[in-house]
Amino acid sequence: MKIVCNGQALEIAPGTRVADYLSQLGLETPSVVVECDGMILSREEYESHALQDGSVLELIRFVGGG
Amino acid sequence: MLTIAGRKFRSRLFGGTGKFSSPEVMKESLAASGCEMVTVALRRVDLNNPADDIMRVLDRDRYLFLPNTSGARDAGEAIRLARLARASGGGEWLKLEVTPDPRTLLPDPIETLKATEVLVKEGFKVLPYINADPILALRLQDAGAVAVMPLGSPIGTNQGVLTRFQIEIIIAQARVPVIVDAGLGAPSHVAEAMEMGADAVLVNTAIAVAGDPVRMARAFALAVEAGRIAYEAGLGAVRKDAAPSSPEDGLGFLR
Repeated sequence: MKIVCNGQALEIAPGTRVADYLSQLGLETPSVVVECDGMILSREEYESHALQDGSVLELIRFVGGG
Repeated sequence: MLTIAGRKFRSRLFGGTGKFSSPEVMKESLAASGCEMVTVALRRVDLNNPADDIMRVLDRDRYLFLPNTSGARDAGEAIRLARLARASGGGEWLKLEVTPDPRTLLPDPIETLKATEVLVKEGFKVLPYINADPILALRLQDAGAVAVMPLGSPIGTNQGVLTRFQIEIIIAQARVPVIVDAGLGAPSHVAEAMEMGADAVLVNTAIAVAGDPVRMARAFALAVEAGRIAYEAGLGAVRKDAAPSSPEDGLGFLR
Protein backbone atom coordinates (compact mmCIF):
# COMPACT_ATOMS: atom_id res chain seq x y z
CA MET A 1 0.00 0.00 0.00
CA LYS A 2 1.01 3.60 -0.52
CA ILE A 3 1.58 6.26 2.10
CA VAL A 4 3.09 9.72 2.01
CA CYS A 5 5.76 10.31 4.64
CA ASN A 6 7.35 13.75 4.99
CA GLY A 7 6.17 14.59 1.49
CA GLN A 8 7.61 11.45 -0.11
CA ALA A 9 5.33 8.82 -1.68
CA LEU A 10 6.33 5.40 -0.34
CA GLU A 11 5.25 1.77 -0.70
CA ILE A 12 4.94 -0.13 2.59
CA ALA A 13 3.59 -3.53 3.61
CA PRO A 14 -0.13 -3.66 4.44
CA GLY A 15 -0.78 -3.74 8.18
CA THR A 16 2.36 -1.79 9.04
CA ARG A 17 1.92 -0.06 12.38
CA VAL A 18 3.51 3.27 13.23
CA ALA A 19 5.86 1.51 15.67
CA ASP A 20 6.96 -0.89 12.88
CA TYR A 21 7.60 1.93 10.47
CA LEU A 22 9.63 3.98 12.99
CA SER A 23 11.64 0.86 13.79
CA GLN A 24 12.42 0.35 10.07
CA LEU A 25 13.76 3.91 9.93
CA GLY A 26 15.70 3.56 13.20
CA LEU A 27 13.63 6.37 14.67
CA GLU A 28 12.49 4.83 17.96
CA THR A 29 13.57 7.94 19.76
CA PRO A 30 11.46 10.04 22.09
CA SER A 31 12.55 13.18 20.26
CA VAL A 32 10.54 12.35 17.13
CA VAL A 33 6.88 13.25 17.10
CA VAL A 34 4.42 11.61 14.72
CA GLU A 35 1.50 13.32 13.07
CA CYS A 36 -0.78 10.99 11.10
CA ASP A 37 -3.48 12.48 8.87
CA GLY A 38 -3.26 15.74 10.79
CA MET A 39 -3.51 14.18 14.26
CA ILE A 40 -0.58 14.07 16.68
CA LEU A 41 -0.14 10.51 17.99
CA SER A 42 0.89 9.85 21.56
CA ARG A 43 3.71 7.35 22.06
CA GLU A 44 1.24 4.82 23.47
CA GLU A 45 -0.61 4.86 20.14
CA TYR A 46 2.41 3.83 18.02
CA GLU A 47 1.91 0.11 18.74
CA SER A 48 -1.79 0.08 17.98
CA HIS A 49 -2.01 2.60 15.16
CA ALA A 50 -1.94 0.77 11.81
CA LEU A 51 -1.15 2.85 8.76
CA GLN A 52 -3.81 2.88 6.05
CA ASP A 53 -3.47 3.08 2.28
CA GLY A 54 -3.18 6.81 1.57
CA SER A 55 -2.09 7.76 5.11
CA VAL A 56 -0.19 11.02 5.30
CA LEU A 57 2.54 10.84 7.90
CA GLU A 58 4.71 13.63 9.23
CA LEU A 59 7.77 12.79 11.32
CA ILE A 60 8.97 15.93 13.07
CA ARG A 61 11.89 16.66 15.37
CA PHE A 62 13.80 19.53 16.90
CA VAL A 63 16.54 21.07 14.79
CA GLY A 64 18.80 24.05 15.35
CA GLY A 65 17.00 27.38 15.18
CA GLY A 66 16.92 30.85 16.61
CA MET B 1 18.07 37.68 39.08
CA LEU B 2 15.77 37.44 36.09
CA THR B 3 12.49 35.64 36.65
CA ILE B 4 10.18 34.63 33.81
CA ALA B 5 6.94 32.82 34.64
CA GLY B 6 8.33 31.87 38.03
CA ARG B 7 11.57 30.44 36.65
CA LYS B 8 14.83 32.08 37.67
CA PHE B 9 17.70 32.70 35.26
CA ARG B 10 21.21 33.67 36.31
CA SER B 11 22.20 34.52 32.72
CA ARG B 12 20.39 37.23 30.82
CA LEU B 13 21.72 35.92 27.51
CA PHE B 14 19.55 33.38 25.71
CA GLY B 15 21.07 31.31 22.91
CA GLY B 16 19.94 30.11 19.54
CA THR B 17 20.97 26.78 18.05
CA GLY B 18 20.73 27.54 14.31
CA LYS B 19 23.44 28.08 11.70
CA PHE B 20 26.36 26.55 13.64
CA SER B 21 28.96 24.80 11.51
CA SER B 22 28.64 21.61 13.57
CA PRO B 23 26.77 20.29 16.62
CA GLU B 24 30.05 20.25 18.54
CA VAL B 25 30.77 23.93 17.85
CA MET B 26 27.20 24.72 18.93
CA LYS B 27 27.59 22.80 22.17
CA GLU B 28 30.87 24.50 23.04
CA SER B 29 29.54 27.95 22.12
CA LEU B 30 26.43 27.57 24.26
CA ALA B 31 28.62 26.50 27.16
CA ALA B 32 30.87 29.54 26.66
CA SER B 33 27.85 31.86 26.51
CA GLY B 34 26.66 30.73 29.94
CA CYS B 35 23.07 30.75 28.68
CA GLU B 36 20.41 28.66 30.43
CA MET B 37 17.66 28.81 27.82
CA VAL B 38 18.05 27.90 24.14
CA THR B 39 15.73 28.13 21.19
CA VAL B 40 15.14 25.19 18.88
CA ALA B 41 13.04 24.85 15.73
CA LEU B 42 10.82 22.02 14.48
CA ARG B 43 11.28 20.46 11.07
CA ARG B 44 10.61 17.23 9.22
CA VAL B 45 12.99 14.38 9.94
CA ASP B 46 15.39 14.02 7.00
CA LEU B 47 14.45 10.52 5.84
CA ASN B 48 17.79 10.25 4.01
CA ASN B 49 19.64 10.96 7.25
CA PRO B 50 17.36 9.91 10.12
CA ALA B 51 20.25 9.66 12.59
CA ASP B 52 20.88 13.41 12.39
CA ASP B 53 19.54 14.51 15.77
CA ILE B 54 20.42 17.74 17.59
CA MET B 55 19.24 16.16 20.84
CA ARG B 56 22.45 14.08 20.86
CA VAL B 57 24.41 17.15 21.89
CA LEU B 58 21.89 19.29 23.80
CA ASP B 59 21.74 18.58 27.52
CA ARG B 60 18.15 18.98 28.67
CA ASP B 61 19.23 19.18 32.30
CA ARG B 62 21.43 22.16 31.53
CA TYR B 63 19.24 24.12 29.12
CA LEU B 64 15.60 25.04 29.25
CA PHE B 65 14.19 24.52 25.76
CA LEU B 66 12.38 27.37 24.09
CA PRO B 67 10.92 25.81 20.92
CA ASN B 68 10.07 28.38 18.27
CA THR B 69 7.35 28.39 15.66
CA SER B 70 9.68 29.61 12.93
CA GLY B 71 8.30 29.02 9.47
CA ALA B 72 4.71 29.69 10.54
CA ARG B 73 2.96 32.22 8.31
CA ASP B 74 -0.28 32.52 10.26
CA ALA B 75 -1.76 31.74 13.66
CA GLY B 76 -3.01 28.33 12.58
CA GLU B 77 0.43 27.15 11.48
CA ALA B 78 2.01 28.53 14.65
CA ILE B 79 -0.52 26.72 16.85
CA ARG B 80 0.12 23.46 14.97
CA LEU B 81 3.89 23.85 15.48
CA ALA B 82 3.38 24.69 19.17
CA ARG B 83 1.39 21.50 19.73
CA LEU B 84 4.02 19.46 17.89
CA ALA B 85 6.73 21.04 20.04
CA ARG B 86 4.94 20.05 23.22
CA ALA B 87 4.35 16.53 21.91
CA SER B 88 8.08 16.32 21.08
CA GLY B 89 8.86 16.80 24.74
CA GLY B 90 9.63 20.48 24.32
CA GLY B 91 7.67 21.46 27.40
CA GLU B 92 5.37 24.45 27.79
CA TRP B 93 7.75 27.25 26.86
CA LEU B 94 7.26 28.68 23.41
CA LYS B 95 8.83 31.41 21.33
CA LEU B 96 5.89 32.37 19.17
CA GLU B 97 6.97 33.55 15.73
CA VAL B 98 4.59 34.31 12.89
CA THR B 99 6.46 35.66 9.88
CA PRO B 100 4.41 35.74 6.67
CA ASP B 101 6.98 37.58 4.55
CA PRO B 102 10.18 35.60 3.90
CA ARG B 103 11.96 38.70 2.62
CA THR B 104 11.68 40.74 5.83
CA LEU B 105 10.77 37.98 8.32
CA LEU B 106 8.85 40.69 10.16
CA PRO B 107 6.24 39.30 12.55
CA ASP B 108 2.50 39.58 11.86
CA PRO B 109 1.06 41.35 14.93
CA ILE B 110 -2.56 40.30 14.41
CA GLU B 111 -1.81 36.61 13.88
CA THR B 112 0.67 36.70 16.78
CA LEU B 113 -1.98 38.08 19.16
CA LYS B 114 -4.55 35.53 17.94
CA ALA B 115 -2.15 32.63 18.44
CA THR B 116 -1.11 33.94 21.87
CA GLU B 117 -4.72 33.97 23.04
CA VAL B 118 -5.23 30.35 21.97
CA LEU B 119 -1.90 29.01 23.25
CA VAL B 120 -2.10 30.69 26.67
CA LYS B 121 -5.44 28.93 27.17
CA GLU B 122 -3.74 25.64 26.27
CA GLY B 123 -1.19 26.16 29.03
CA PHE B 124 1.79 27.33 27.02
CA LYS B 125 4.21 29.89 28.42
CA VAL B 126 4.18 32.15 25.40
CA LEU B 127 7.05 34.51 24.56
CA PRO B 128 5.96 36.29 21.39
CA TYR B 129 8.49 37.64 18.91
CA ILE B 130 7.17 41.05 17.89
CA ASN B 131 8.04 44.18 16.08
CA ALA B 132 9.00 46.85 18.60
CA ASP B 133 5.41 48.03 19.03
CA PRO B 134 4.61 49.28 22.55
CA ILE B 135 0.83 48.95 22.14
CA LEU B 136 1.12 45.40 20.85
CA ALA B 137 3.44 44.54 23.75
CA LEU B 138 0.74 45.69 26.19
CA ARG B 139 -1.96 43.76 24.35
CA LEU B 140 0.16 40.61 24.47
CA GLN B 141 0.91 40.85 28.17
CA ASP B 142 -2.81 41.39 28.79
CA ALA B 143 -3.43 38.22 26.75
CA GLY B 144 -1.14 36.26 29.06
CA ALA B 145 2.26 36.33 27.38
CA VAL B 146 4.96 35.67 30.01
CA ALA B 147 7.48 37.94 28.26
CA VAL B 148 7.70 39.95 25.06
CA MET B 149 10.50 39.71 22.52
CA PRO B 150 10.73 42.89 20.47
CA LEU B 151 13.17 42.90 17.58
CA GLY B 152 16.24 45.11 17.47
CA SER B 153 16.37 44.75 13.70
CA PRO B 154 15.23 42.04 11.24
CA ILE B 155 16.29 38.44 11.93
CA GLY B 156 19.80 37.58 10.84
CA THR B 157 20.75 41.10 9.75
CA ASN B 158 23.27 41.93 12.53
CA GLN B 159 22.18 45.57 12.33
CA GLY B 160 21.77 46.11 16.06
CA VAL B 161 19.11 48.09 17.91
CA LEU B 162 17.40 50.11 15.19
CA THR B 163 14.19 50.27 17.22
CA ARG B 164 15.65 52.04 20.25
CA PHE B 165 12.88 54.62 20.71
CA GLN B 166 10.10 52.02 20.71
CA ILE B 167 12.00 49.53 22.88
CA GLU B 168 12.53 52.24 25.51
CA ILE B 169 8.75 52.70 25.67
CA ILE B 170 8.14 48.94 25.82
CA ILE B 171 10.60 48.62 28.73
CA ALA B 172 9.04 51.57 30.55
CA GLN B 173 5.52 50.12 30.26
CA ALA B 174 5.98 46.37 30.50
CA ARG B 175 4.90 44.29 33.49
CA VAL B 176 6.50 41.21 31.94
CA PRO B 177 10.19 40.78 31.07
CA VAL B 178 11.39 42.35 27.82
CA ILE B 179 13.82 40.24 25.82
CA VAL B 180 15.36 42.02 22.86
CA ASP B 181 15.63 39.51 20.07
CA ALA B 182 16.84 39.50 16.48
CA GLY B 183 19.41 41.55 14.64
CA LEU B 184 21.82 41.90 17.58
CA GLY B 185 25.05 41.48 15.65
CA ALA B 186 27.83 42.56 18.00
CA PRO B 187 28.54 42.58 21.73
CA SER B 188 28.13 46.38 21.66
CA HIS B 189 24.54 45.90 20.43
CA VAL B 190 23.58 43.67 23.35
CA ALA B 191 25.35 45.99 25.78
CA GLU B 192 23.23 48.83 24.40
CA ALA B 193 20.00 46.86 24.84
CA MET B 194 20.93 45.88 28.39
CA GLU B 195 21.98 49.44 29.30
CA MET B 196 18.50 50.54 28.18
CA GLY B 197 17.02 48.20 30.75
CA ALA B 198 16.11 45.17 28.68
CA ASP B 199 15.70 42.15 30.95
CA ALA B 200 17.54 39.82 28.57
CA VAL B 201 18.64 39.38 24.97
CA LEU B 202 18.52 36.48 22.57
CA VAL B 203 21.42 35.95 20.16
CA ASN B 204 21.83 33.28 17.52
CA THR B 205 23.27 34.35 14.17
CA ALA B 206 26.00 36.69 15.45
CA ILE B 207 27.54 33.92 17.54
CA ALA B 208 26.91 31.04 15.16
CA VAL B 209 28.47 32.68 12.09
CA ALA B 210 31.43 34.32 13.87
CA GLY B 211 34.96 33.39 12.85
CA ASP B 212 35.36 31.78 16.28
CA PRO B 213 31.87 31.15 17.69
CA VAL B 214 33.13 29.96 21.08
CA ARG B 215 35.11 33.14 21.73
CA MET B 216 32.29 35.27 20.35
CA ALA B 217 29.85 33.60 22.73
CA ARG B 218 32.10 34.63 25.61
CA ALA B 219 32.27 38.20 24.25
CA PHE B 220 28.47 38.39 24.14
CA ALA B 221 28.19 37.03 27.69
CA LEU B 222 30.57 39.72 28.97
CA ALA B 223 28.70 42.45 27.09
CA VAL B 224 25.35 41.35 28.51
CA GLU B 225 26.78 41.40 32.00
CA ALA B 226 28.46 44.78 31.48
CA GLY B 227 25.27 46.30 30.08
CA ARG B 228 23.18 44.99 32.95
CA ILE B 229 25.59 46.25 35.60
CA ALA B 230 25.66 49.65 33.89
CA TYR B 231 21.86 49.80 33.89
CA GLU B 232 21.70 48.91 37.58
CA ALA B 233 24.49 51.36 38.41
CA GLY B 234 22.61 54.21 36.72
CA LEU B 235 24.00 55.90 33.63
CA GLY B 236 24.82 59.59 33.58
CA ALA B 237 22.42 61.89 31.78
CA VAL B 238 22.96 62.60 28.08
CA ARG B 239 23.42 66.34 27.44
CA LYS B 240 23.82 68.55 24.43
CA ASP B 241 26.50 70.96 25.64
CA ALA B 242 29.93 70.06 26.93
CA ALA B 243 30.57 70.03 30.67
CA PRO B 244 34.19 69.97 31.89
CA SER B 245 35.28 66.96 33.87
CA SER B 246 38.12 68.94 35.54
CA PRO B 247 37.50 71.83 37.99
CA GLU B 248 36.81 75.23 36.43
CA ASP B 249 38.24 77.01 39.47
CA GLY B 250 41.92 77.33 40.30
CA LEU B 251 43.12 78.38 36.85
CA GLY B 252 44.02 81.95 37.93
CA PHE B 253 47.74 81.26 37.67
CA LEU B 254 47.45 80.77 33.89
CA ARG B 255 46.25 84.23 32.98
